[in-house]
Amino acid sequence: MKILVVDDFSTMRRIVKNLLKDLGFTNMVEADDGKTALPILQAGGIDFLVTDWNMPGMTGIDLLTAVRADPNLANLPVLMVTAEAKREQIILAAQAGVNGYVIKPFTAGTLKEKIEKIFERIEA
Amino acid sequence: MTNNTQDKRLVLAKELVVALESNDEAKVEQLSDELTGFKESMLFQEVGRLTRQLHDTMGNFSGDAKLTEIAENDIPDAKERLQYVISMTEQAANQTLNVVEELMPVSQDLNERANRLSENWQRFLVKKMPFDEFKSMSHEITEHFNHSVESLDKIQTGMNEVLLAQGFQDITGQIIRKVIDLVQNLEDNMVDLVRVSGAKLVTEKNNTELDLPGPVVPNVDDKNGDVATSQDDVDDLLSSLGF
Repeated sequence: MKILVVDDFSTMRRIVKNLLKDLGFTNMVEADDGKTALPILQAGGIDFLVTDWNMPGMTGIDLLTAVRADPNLANLPVLMVTAEAKREQIILAAQAGVNGYVIKPFTAGTLKEKIEKIFERIEA
Repeated sequence: MTNNTQDKRLVLAKELVVALESNDEAKVEQLSDELTGFKESMLFQEVGRLTRQLHDTMGNFSGDAKLTEIAENDIPDAKERLQYVISMTEQAANQTLNVVEELMPVSQDLNERANRLSENWQRFLVKKMPFDEFKSMSHEITEHFNHSVESLDKIQTGMNEVLLAQGFQDITGQIIRKVIDLVQNLEDNMVDLVRVSGAKLVTEKNNTELDLPGPVVPNVDDKNGDVATSQDDVDDLLSSLGF
């Protein structure tokens, strides 16, 4: 299982990566915005995308839209981990096809729960 | 000054010379008044023009520059935001310090036990340990294993807590960026004010691009009730959408 972690703050990338490591995921790559993430995704081999929303260059929601529009990536599970908490934004992300939505600051438990739920649903 | 005014004043001046030469005091007075009158009406016109200009400027300014809004809403908001940054960094520091204070004695204790056992183990290896003492040491080793697992679990949990506490850097970074934007906006508006009042240039309104609201600052961003204030809120909303 290879995971791509996208956030413009390197501290947050480290936190998410360490939490994922604690959950048993060891194969991870990172990118600092949608623009750098998309080529990594298009190159193939990524099984799960964890992305922030508010990033310079290309936002997470634009990245999500691009992922869903790409036939090779359309089914990639995407978890959004973001400080954006407006109801209309959460609805927008849901409509864009996000698989899970975690607001910052979050706990290790929340992240674990959402990831497990996403994979449960995929396996079902 | 119009030619018409000039002509009229020339006529008046010529009449004034005639009146002065003929010592007609009453006429001199009347003509002088009329001449001053010209001057006064020009002054009034100029004052009127300046007043109108000031009025227009103020009108343009309050319409374009949004300084009032900045002063009334954004500055108090920014103060609240920075206050939140202080409390978030304080919280993160305390969280980290608490874990460190809690775990220091745990690792110290592990260290002491390991050292004691290691000494005894060395004595055992060079066969300098009586059998009775060996029995008690093996008992101690078993206990040490159990104890280590427990302590290391505690340390693992603590490290995860420290890890999570660092999330403040992202959140506060985003909030501070917003305040920097506000300061920039304020500066732009002040420059506009100087330009508008100096040269009466009507400046273009700043284009307001769609901003992402970013982290929810309590008492600032949650006033309208249109934000999720917890993960439970998010989950409820998503499940209402069929997630």
